Amino acid sequence: MRKSEERRAAELALVMLLGLFGVALGWALFSLASFTASLRATVAGHLPGTGLANPVTAVLLDFRAYDTLLEMAVLWLAVLGVRGLGAVPPGHAASPGAVLDLLPRLLVPVLVVVAGYLLWVGSMAPGGAFQAGSVLGAAGVLLLLAGSGLPHGWRGRRARLAMVAGLIVFIGTAWGTLLANGRMLAYPSGWTKALILFIETVATLSIGFILMALFLGGRPPGEEE
Amino acid sequence: MAAVMLTAFDLGLAGTLLWLAWRLLSSSDLFRSVVLFMAFGLVMALVWVRLEALDVALAEAAIGAGLTGALLLSALARLEAVVEKEGEEENAQE
Amino acid sequence: MSGGVLFALAGIGLFVLGLHALILRTHPLRKVLGLNIMGSGAFLLLVAPAGMPPDPVPQAMVITGIVVAVSATALALVLTVRLRETDGER
Repeated sequence: MRKSEERRAAELALVMLLGLFGVALGWALFSLASFTASLRATVAGHLPGTGLANPVTAVLLDFRAYDTLLEMAVLWLAVLGVRGLGAVPPGHAASPGAVLDLLPRLLVPVLVVVAGYLLWVGSMAPGGAFQAGSVLGAAGVLLLLAGSGLPHGWRGRRARLAMVAGLIVFIGTAWGTLLANGRMLAYPSGWTKALILFIETVATLSIGFILMALFLGGRPPGEEE
Repeated sequence: MAAVMLTAFDLGLAGTLLWLAWRLLSSSDLFRSVVLFMAFGLVMALVWVRLEALDVALAEAAIGAGLTGALLLSALARLEAVVEKEGEEENAQE
Repeated sequence: MSGGVLFALAGIGLFVLGLHALILRTHPLRKVLGLNIMGSGAFLLLVAPAGMPPDPVPQAMVITGIVVAVSATALALVLTVRLRETDGER
């Protein structure tokens, strides 16, 4: 397919424009470098009050908890969209083969344990709900690839409940703190770490199920509209 | 001395990142693009480690490289299945 | 050159590369790839200039961004496949 002269010229113009844009970004970056105002010290100052040792988790689940709440809502909306677009295309019902037969059986329990560890350790070291949830999601993807999917007891309504539980718990906590303190998501002192861990645990479960559902890419067979 | 070696490593990482991005975006084979994208995600995870953003590194490796890569491969397979099916239907009509 | 500046510049490069692909390439999957790379570039621009010691606020924002990006990618991919499926049913 030979490009016309016009198209060539247009592409060249685009490349030059993008180059200019890149230079502008670089200029913006270097003019920014002089302002090193950061919230690092503020976060460090308030960290002991949360009972956590990982500042990123504290930011995600306490200082900017509302953003994380909205993030859970975004995940939920994505699943709504993916499920609403139709049933899962019928997969190749081929036999998985030796590796896929054995691997999930070995790995899924390990992944569940790793997820639990990441969730727990996230309060003091790198980790947390999203990291743990994504490992759970990976376990779910393995199950789907192996052809078995979720255990039968966990399908249908239970899976859907698991997907929304994180968002519901988060919104419930927001409402609770709003009614108690007048300020949303301002955890009562002394309860902070417990509340954060509770929200994170339910969120991990939700994230795992949601990521698995996103990979499935449609409404599971057998679920009515 | 150690500082110079670390900077060389950083340069290598940044260069690999840009080179991978260029290759995957300009490749003509979609499958290769997706595989390179997964490699890109893993190198990004290394970059996050170099920037001392360990939580981000974990999230990038699992979600950015792993899950996004899986999503892309799945979509690619489904798209090819659709094209195959259309080809069969056209043959059946002839 | 500190690592921060280097990776911030790389972020700019990634953003521009991704934008180029997003605009010029026609296949939806390639646009999705371009968009994801733009996202990675933006994330680098958020975290890298903060330098050492690590600043937790942009890191938290980037984690949020990664999750949002995967949600959008998943939805975009399902839309692409469905669009292709219904296109053939004319």
